[in-house]
Amino acid sequence: MQRFVLNQKNRITLICAVLIVIGFAGGLVFKNETIAVWSLMVASLFGLAPIAIQAYQALKVKVVSIDVLVTIAVIGAFFIRNFEESAIVTFLFLFGAYLEQRTLNKTRSAIKELTEMAPESALKQMDNGEFEEVEVDEVDVGDILLVKTGAKIPVDGTVISGEGSINEASITGESLPVAKGKGSTVYAGTILDNGTIQIVADRVGEDTTFGKIIELVEEAQDSKSEAERFIDRFAKYYTPAVLLLGILVWAISRDLELAITILVLGCPGALVIGVPVSNVAGIGNGARHGVLLKGSEVIRDFSRLDTMVFDKTGTLTEGNPSVSEKIYYEHPDEALEYLASIEHESDHPLAKAILAEIGPVKLWSVEDTEVVKGGGIVATVNGHRVAVGNVAMLESENVTLTEQAKTDIARLEKGGNSLVLTAVDGELKILMGVRDQIRPGVKEDLQRLKKLGVKNLIMLSGDNQGTVDVVGRELGLTRAYGNMLPEDKAAYIKKLIEEEGQIVAFVGDGVNDSPSLALAHIGIAMGSGTDVAIETSNVVLMNSDFSRLPHALGLTKATFRNMKQNIIIAVGVVLFLLAAVFFSEWMNMSIGMLVHEGSILAVILNGMRLLGYKLRK
Amino acid sequence: MKSASIQLDTLTCPSCAQKIEGATKAFAGVDAESVKVLFNSSKVKFDFDDEKVSVEDVEKAIADLGYEVKKTRVKDK
Repeated sequence: MQRFVLNQKNRITLICAVLIVIGFAGGLVFKNETIAVWSLMVASLFGLAPIAIQAYQALKVKVVSIDVLVTIAVIGAFFIRNFEESAIVTFLFLFGAYLEQRTLNKTRSAIKELTEMAPESALKQMDNGEFEEVEVDEVDVGDILLVKTGAKIPVDGTVISGEGSINEASITGESLPVAKGKGSTVYAGTILDNGTIQIVADRVGEDTTFGKIIELVEEAQDSKSEAERFIDRFAKYYTPAVLLLGILVWAISRDLELAITILVLGCPGALVIGVPVSNVAGIGNGARHGVLLKGSEVIRDFSRLDTMVFDKTGTLTEGNPSVSEKIYYEHPDEALEYLASIEHESDHPLAKAILAEIGPVKLWSVEDTEVVKGGGIVATVNGHRVAVGNVAMLESENVTLTEQAKTDIARLEKGGNSLVLTAVDGELKILMGVRDQIRPGVKEDLQRLKKLGVKNLIMLSGDNQGTVDVVGRELGLTRAYGNMLPEDKAAYIKKLIEEEGQIVAFVGDGVNDSPSLALAHIGIAMGSGTDVAIETSNVVLMNSDFSRLPHALGLTKATFRNMKQNIIIAVGVVLFLLAAVFFSEWMNMSIGMLVHEGSILAVILNGMRLLGYKLRK
Repeated sequence: MKSASIQLDTLTCPSCAQKIEGATKAFAGVDAESVKVLFNSSKVKFDFDDEKVSVEDVEKAIADLGYEVKKTRVKDK
């Protein structure tokens, strides 16, 4: 019975509305008091049923909810035979709840879109070898699954046969299809654009990367900040307090009308719902733009950020050095082959960049190789003495540098290059500058961050100070420090937080820099949507896309502002109503309920604005 | 011990969350500490001892409060 009434809430609301219209028409137009009174009375009783049931259930679990206040108020109005008020209040309360549900669903839509991308079914190989469609929950680790063109990959797994290209946008944010063949890893929630593959399940359900992302977002939108927990505690005592106040007013003034009006006006609706609404809309907007924010605490800290600290390699720069410039001196042809032959035997990081630049050439056998620590390599190739290394080493090899060469060297060094010189028989043949390229767009993104109010942009790197200075200048950073080990970086962040009292975000590698990520108020790990990045970060950037940082920062600022606005609206409305009831003539229960429901809709609509938030260029 | 996650129809008022939390905690076999009502995702998560209470009992209690149960997932812990 209770369930039936609650399920019919929308219909009851409609009946209420019709009866109220009949009542007022009867009273005002046809001057028929009987119709007016009876229809308003019936409307009140109908409307009260679901509210009273909810109130009863709340009291059963020892909660004084808004329903309790409204129920008492309506019964009170009945007693003083004010059926107009009782009918209108119940209707407004029910209609308000209906609108709340509709609008709340909107604020949650962004996250719903994400969860709806979760796979539902899978084609599983049964004991008889046939594939049958089953619910995705019935897939266990080790099961063999068939995925056809256009289908969603149901679990994280490994391809055992077949080929295809997969759209991994749901995991990485990158919509360009990726080719997969035997042995490739595939992820749940991604879509097989073409081809047919068979996979073996490695991780299922909530353990898959996609499952973790969903869980993270779901937990995040319901995580509570200090302020929210305060409001919750407050609300727990607030409603009983309003009830007490009502009783007290009645006991003293013997004015039941005033007492029940206070009950209605005191409803805390907008206050309790205002902050969660901003939170869910903000996090939803982020999820849609490839930014996962882990909860409202993160939103608060991130929005008040003073300092952002970056790791250099792989974060601000590409992370794979390449030859940015090469200069040939007389007869370099054979020298190039000699250089390639020597680098071919080296595992130095620069060697890879140089070989990639030279491409396939004839390789000679290398003899008498001698590695000069911190300098380079000297060896004999095809009977010539070949030296490959930096300026200091070549000088110690007594290679004479021409004026032209010296100018070139100075220019390349200034540009932040590591230098590799090649000399054959004491004569300089080739000069190469190797550089780790700055990621495209990073400079503009940093500028945007600054415009959004980040005071300091700091870079910490294990690289030598010279290279660090050049990158720092080029990007317009506040400070740039080189020669730093992971523990030095962590110590530096600790200093910023403890001694300078700053709110700090650290952006870096999820594996090496985990101490810094953990220490900073906000840790942001770069690392292609991997588990480590998801777990260690407070803010996850899908596909490690640096360009989403400014959006993330702007969004958290907008969300935090939105929360504050909602609190102001809610508190302001309650204060206004209470003031009005004591100092004005026109305030009554119906107007109170109308304003109250209006304020709830106002905070929801205000929160909804966040769904469309975009960073202004 | 098992852990359950019950998906409900949209929750609209935070006091609903309080009610559901209270009703779930009332069961003897449910670990009261673990009960979490996620207001925005409209989900209830909790750990329970399946010898003392069945997930269907909890589902029914929540449904009786007027919240439609959409989907339930139970996992071993």
